[in-house]
Amino acid sequence: MSDLVKNIFRFSLFILFQVFVLDKIHLHQMITPYIYFLFILWLPFNMNRSILMILAFILGFTLDSFRHHPGFHTAACVLIAYLKPFMINLLIPQEGSDNNYEEPSVKSLGGIIPYLIYAGVLSFVHNAWLFLLEAWQFGDIWYFFIKTLLSTAVCILLILITELIFTRKQRFRTNTV
Amino acid sequence: MRNIFLFIRRYFNFLLFLVLQFISIYFIIRTSRYHEAAFGNFSNQVTGKINDRYSNIENYFQLKKTNDSLISANEILYNKLKLNFELPDTVTKMVIDSIRVDSILQYRKFTYMNARVAANSVTAQNNFIVLSRGSAGNFRKGMGIVDASNAVVGTITDVSEDYSVVMSLLHKDSRISAKLLKTGETGTLNWDGKEPNIITLSGIGKGVKISKGDSIITSGFSTTFPKGMMIGKVEGIYTESGSSFFKIKVRSAANFYNLQYVYAIDNAQGEEINKMLDKAKKQL
Repeated sequence: MSDLVKNIFRFSLFILFQVFVLDKIHLHQMITPYIYFLFILWLPFNMNRSILMILAFILGFTLDSFRHHPGFHTAACVLIAYLKPFMINLLIPQEGSDNNYEEPSVKSLGGIIPYLIYAGVLSFVHNAWLFLLEAWQFGDIWYFFIKTLLSTAVCILLILITELIFTRKQRFRTNTV
Repeated sequence: MRNIFLFIRRYFNFLLFLVLQFISIYFIIRTSRYHEAAFGNFSNQVTGKINDRYSNIENYFQLKKTNDSLISANEILYNKLKLNFELPDTVTKMVIDSIRVDSILQYRKFTYMNARVAANSVTAQNNFIVLSRGSAGNFRKGMGIVDASNAVVGTITDVSEDYSVVMSLLHKDSRISAKLLKTGETGTLNWDGKEPNIITLSGIGKGVKISKGDSIITSGFSTTFPKGMMIGKVEGIYTESGSSFFKIKVRSAANFYNLQYVYAIDNAQGEEINKMLDKAKKQL
């Protein structure tokens, strides 16, 4: 399966799952479960940063179209797409690992802990920026803070479950680069 | 000039990031009111179609609940029938109205039109409901929406040909003029973005006698809803120091978690009133 087809497939699956499964679950008013931005986290290492951000913009805008209020998720997605390369540079185990593997995963980041940090920090940033934009009009700092923390915890749990269920084949590319 | 290009090339990613963030925030601010871009209409049609497919399936699982709510709505209507009231002969005399029903149509102010809910949300800070009936079915912007048991749900903010988007009461920009059934004081309803089904009524002075369980109804001052539609019941009354108003928590009569069918209320005289209001505003 070519990368393009694979990513289009992932894109639609994440959006549909988010809109028709997770958005229908009313866990608690403080918890909004999000998984769709895993699409951005799974994008390849060697992708151009501008393309990364534009893809994130499209992803966020698509979800916002279903929510009928464009902007919120778009802004959050663009932010994590911008931060993703920095996070990878910080967490990558040794020089060249991002050349050996195609995309971030438990294996390519060298263990479960770096991957959890990677996913955790980015989902925290996503939720914080999203809820901050939403809360601007309400302005209750504690409510915002607790909501971000709880939602991030649920996000990480969802990401872990997704990683367990869908094992992605990690092609080890020969390091001729 | 060369330096500018060098600067742009060097910080291209950061600049692109700023531009994209700026666009998103512009979207947020611009759509805080009504959004009516040509693109909004197109995306409504597309997401509406997908939502419609989904709700077609989901509807089967909710048929029992829908039936129950229709039966209870029918019960209320049957109880209002004239047949059920019989006055003693000595008090009044029955006169049969000879006017044809048709001829009173010109006095009709409100028309109900049904619609099916295609998508609904309660968890976001700004919740919208999508109905699978749009301008082709005579829906217009600004019409009020009530649920099957006549409890207020929201107002239409956007219509495309086959779908319309409703700003539900659970939206931070939703402002509905409400009234206490018992004493008649009016205030404004809005949502603080926290708990679904709980809305805040503000603008009721501290002098008013109010107790838990009091009914809140529409005031009829706006053109969207007729007077006296049920909104909810008082859940809690809070006093804030430094303010001469109560902060009243209202539990909405409509259950936003399981909306299936709703009615849109068309105000035939609304346009006339709004036109005059606009004219009055222009003169200022």
